[in-house]
Amino acid sequence: MNRRVYDFWVGVFVMLGLASLAFLALRVSNVSNGGSKATYRVTAAFDNIGGLKARAPIKSAGVLVGRVAGISLDPVTYRAMVALDIEQGYHFSRDSSAEILTSGILGDQYIGVEPGADETMLKNGDRITLTSSAVVLEKLISQFMFSKAAENPAQPTTAP
Amino acid sequence: MRTLGEPVVDALEKLGFGFRFLMAVLWHSATALRRFSLVVREIYFTGVLSLLIIMVSGLFVGMVLGLQGYDTLQRFGASEALGVLVALSLLRELGPVVAGLLFASRAGSAITAEIGLMKATEQLAAMEMMAVNPVARVVAPRFWAGVISMPILAALFSAMGILGGYVVGVVLIGVDAGSFWAQMQAQVDLYNDIGNGLVKSVVFGVAVSIIAVFEGFDAPPTAEGVSGATTRTVVTSSLVILVLDFILTAFMFRGV
Repeated sequence: MNRRVYDFWVGVFVMLGLASLAFLALRVSNVSNGGSKATYRVTAAFDNIGGLKARAPIKSAGVLVGRVAGISLDPVTYRAMVALDIEQGYHFSRDSSAEILTSGILGDQYIGVEPGADETMLKNGDRITLTSSAVVLEKLISQFMFSKAAENPAQPTTAP
Repeated sequence: MRTLGEPVVDALEKLGFGFRFLMAVLWHSATALRRFSLVVREIYFTGVLSLLIIMVSGLFVGMVLGLQGYDTLQRFGASEALGVLVALSLLRELGPVVAGLLFASRAGSAITAEIGLMKATEQLAAMEMMAVNPVARVVAPRFWAGVISMPILAALFSAMGILGGYVVGVVLIGVDAGSFWAQMQAQVDLYNDIGNGLVKSVVFGVAVSIIAVFEGFDAPPTAEGVSGATTRTVVTSSLVILVLDFILTAFMFRGV
């Protein structure tokens, strides 16, 4: 086979490779919706973040408005400090509340922002004060068990 | 003691020679890369001729993932996550690893056999007589062809696998196409998943290529020697791929 045949087929091969890489990058990964939009950062303190991870979505009314930038533990109050990057286009009032929710039963955890009624808006560096923590299943179950136990205290065994 | 020690000494000696050989190949790469038509010809033999097996295997691996994944996920009512499952398992693990194993057995063995046969028929010695360095003329182009082909083949394998998962999951079983792609796009990260998979495939390409050319160059110049070297290429590079995969995964996906 002469050189032109090799060149042709290797060209086809490289094109196929580039096409599949483009397919993986554009169709499969988050590049299409992840883009680098301008954001401002606010923080929120939670008693318990459950399984929340960095880069988890922040949603308001179900619409993606930002992503979690980082999570750390406050060394003084021992509460979880979550940094939220919210897109510039979305503004929330100062008394908005943030809660940690779970999408579906098996889904990942995300932060839901409930807008408040204050006139002033959150800006870079502000803190969301109204927060509610993640629902921890174990705590729920143990609460349920204790309340059940309190409802019907050990019934006396009636001797025949 | 002696029977126990000798294989170890032999193996270490071979490893040392292999390292010296790798350095020699890299040293002579400039000559090979300057005459790129040599590399293009080898990409045809290692890459283009491996296309069929890689693409068909990728398609079927993806289809099996689609079937098995659906079977498991629908028990939890999470069959929409099928896209994520197929994409992540292909991009992170199966794409680079299975493509690497197939590449070792399809292209690696061919390279070893070819170089071994050139050695047995004294073509390499003849080149040296004509003041042509066989490492620069024969070994380096094959090495670089392998290094270039492997990531392309792995990307093709993953892409075909995802299409296979789509065919089984969406077309045959009837998972919602929108959530199949949307969940995939929400969970697959360009750098963490696709990028690291690509890095893996480059590392596997280097490993398989250097093992293949080394075994060919090191083969005893007999029919038996060449066949033994070919077998060793497949066995060694398969093991090396699996070990490297474990090491790379431990580095890359810790805490993701």
